[in-house]
Amino acid sequence: MKETTVREALREALREEMKRDKTVFLLGEDIGRYWGGAFGVTKGLAEEFGDERVRDTPISESAIIGVSVGAAITGMRPVAEIMFGDLSALAMDQICNQAAKIRYMFGGQVTAPLVIRTPFGAGVNIASHHSQSLEAWFMHTPGLYVAVPSTPYDAKGLLKTAVRGANPVFFVEHKLLYPVKGMIPEEDYTVPFGVADVKREGADVTVFAALYMVHKALAAAEKLSKEGISAEVVDPRTLSPLDKSAIVKSVKKTGRMVIVTEDCKTGGVSAEIAAIIAEEALDYLDAPVKRVAEPDTPIPFSPPLEQFVIPDEKSIIKAVRETVH
Amino acid sequence: MVEKTKLVEMYQRMLQIRYFEEKVFELYGQNLVPGTIHLYAGEEAVAVGVCANLRRDDYITSTHRGHGHCIAKGADLGKTMAEILGKKTGYCKGKGGSMHIADFSLGMLGATAVVGAGIPIAAGAGLSIKLRGTDHVVACFFGEGASNQGTFHEGVNMAAIWRLPVVFVCENNLYAMGTRQSTVMTIENIADRAVAYGIPGVTVDGNDVLAVYEAASEAVNRARRGGGPTLIECKTYRQKGHSRFDPAAYRPKGEVEEWLKKDPVSRFKTKLIEMGVLAEKEDEKLRRDAVAAVEEAVKFAMESPFPEPEEALEDVYVEEESASEK
Repeated sequence: MKETTVREALREALREEMKRDKTVFLLGEDIGRYWGGAFGVTKGLAEEFGDERVRDTPISESAIIGVSVGAAITGMRPVAEIMFGDLSALAMDQICNQAAKIRYMFGGQVTAPLVIRTPFGAGVNIASHHSQSLEAWFMHTPGLYVAVPSTPYDAKGLLKTAVRGANPVFFVEHKLLYPVKGMIPEEDYTVPFGVADVKREGADVTVFAALYMVHKALAAAEKLSKEGISAEVVDPRTLSPLDKSAIVKSVKKTGRMVIVTEDCKTGGVSAEIAAIIAEEALDYLDAPVKRVAEPDTPIPFSPPLEQFVIPDEKSIIKAVRETVH
Repeated sequence: MVEKTKLVEMYQRMLQIRYFEEKVFELYGQNLVPGTIHLYAGEEAVAVGVCANLRRDDYITSTHRGHGHCIAKGADLGKTMAEILGKKTGYCKGKGGSMHIADFSLGMLGATAVVGAGIPIAAGAGLSIKLRGTDHVVACFFGEGASNQGTFHEGVNMAAIWRLPVVFVCENNLYAMGTRQSTVMTIENIADRAVAYGIPGVTVDGNDVLAVYEAASEAVNRARRGGGPTLIECKTYRQKGHSRFDPAAYRPKGEVEEWLKKDPVSRFKTKLIEMGVLAEKEDEKLRRDAVAAVEEAVKFAMESPFPEPEEALEDVYVEEESASEK
């Protein structure tokens, strides 16, 4: 094992997959020699693999994804980077109408093995067009897989699974996670899709969290343990496919559930998780399900405003206390 | 000079498309076609003139008005008709219908019904060819309406900067649904837009199959040699309305009649007779053969079963074994 950051883990996954498979190539805005991606994930890869396989593109999100679709259905494995997740809105037709439906619409004749990497999340004061968490849009799109890693281990293993797989994957990277450190194996490994990971075991309450919220949930759980509350933190790792049974199993054990997500509350990921619990584990609940989520606003700029709308340790602790007592 | 057998083959394809579309029109009149249809009748010279330059393993992308592209690329008439009727034996097992036909074994990367969406996808197939180092080409069909989409700008530009082997074929049939070109563009020729991307752009008579063939031949050769994309604008006309429910009242009086005089199938026939390539008797036989092929396709489609309802749940994802965690 070795210690690394999420950024380095992602880069290692890309490098190793490009070495392993010549059909893997990268494209996106400023991912090449000069920048290596706005967040530095692809730094050094253009030097190593050349400009043909690490391809700077015009500012054309729709065509970045469209070109990826065309390449994917003709034998390549493109990994596209959308510089900020919010900008995926510019490519929605290509993501949701083309990439996601192309296999189904054509009766299973073709696979579209493309990966769309993009950072979501608030916390760095870059306001409404660079900070949202839009996982629910893509979780709501049949034909797409949605990966939401929270650690270097999961980031590398899930990205490898995404690149090797046959389905289009929307791969979410939270921008605050890039420098976060963790241990990963020296050797090749993958993390399967649709298998949640219990990031902390507990007996009194299940806390569902993904991406950066996992770390806030873990910090909250640590504090809660000092007041005698044992919280179990369940990280889905992929929202599609979703490991429903792991979530349900945990709730059946603890009898209580707090769902923490950075996306908007209404129609969001938390709504889907709560609905699953209502359908499959209602009789096991000792208290109503609680949701800690963004309060249905765009992400504001000014630090106190932004901090106010993003779930934090305090709001998680408060929700857990209310659920337990 | 195009060889005689090739000319006859092109004429046969045009006849097949024409009779196929007439049959589809007739079948929907009998309420046998679910949903809507967009007929290619009147535009046959474009698909045939372009596809006659392509190899079996070259690629095309198509549109909601795509039956003609499929047939020109060599699609099976029975599977095409079965798909239009929503049958299990159709190209897409009934999941796509008239607007979404694909045959990946023929390089037909599918018809997208989102106007302009196929343009970057075609560029992507071109990039794939370039990265894999083969000498294939992509022909990308779209209408003049699609050239107002952002995807046109983004996709053509990307193909241009990377010199991708793509031939962009704009079927300018004057109307985007009911909207006349002059109300949504100040230019008359879509090919003028090529200048903005630094690629060749040509306008041809899209109802003259030999003119389309010549222009496409040059563009396909350029693409195959690594010379990058071309924009070909084919001026043509759809003889029917936009779709099933469109009486096309927005067309000025006499316009349809004028264009019917320029019918691409009749013109090619006259030309072939002039060239001494075709005689009336042969023409009659070719027409009988085309009608028979279409009838056979209809029989196959009509006798085919509908899919089982539960098949709606299949093909959303490729079923994969989860990679095991080490």
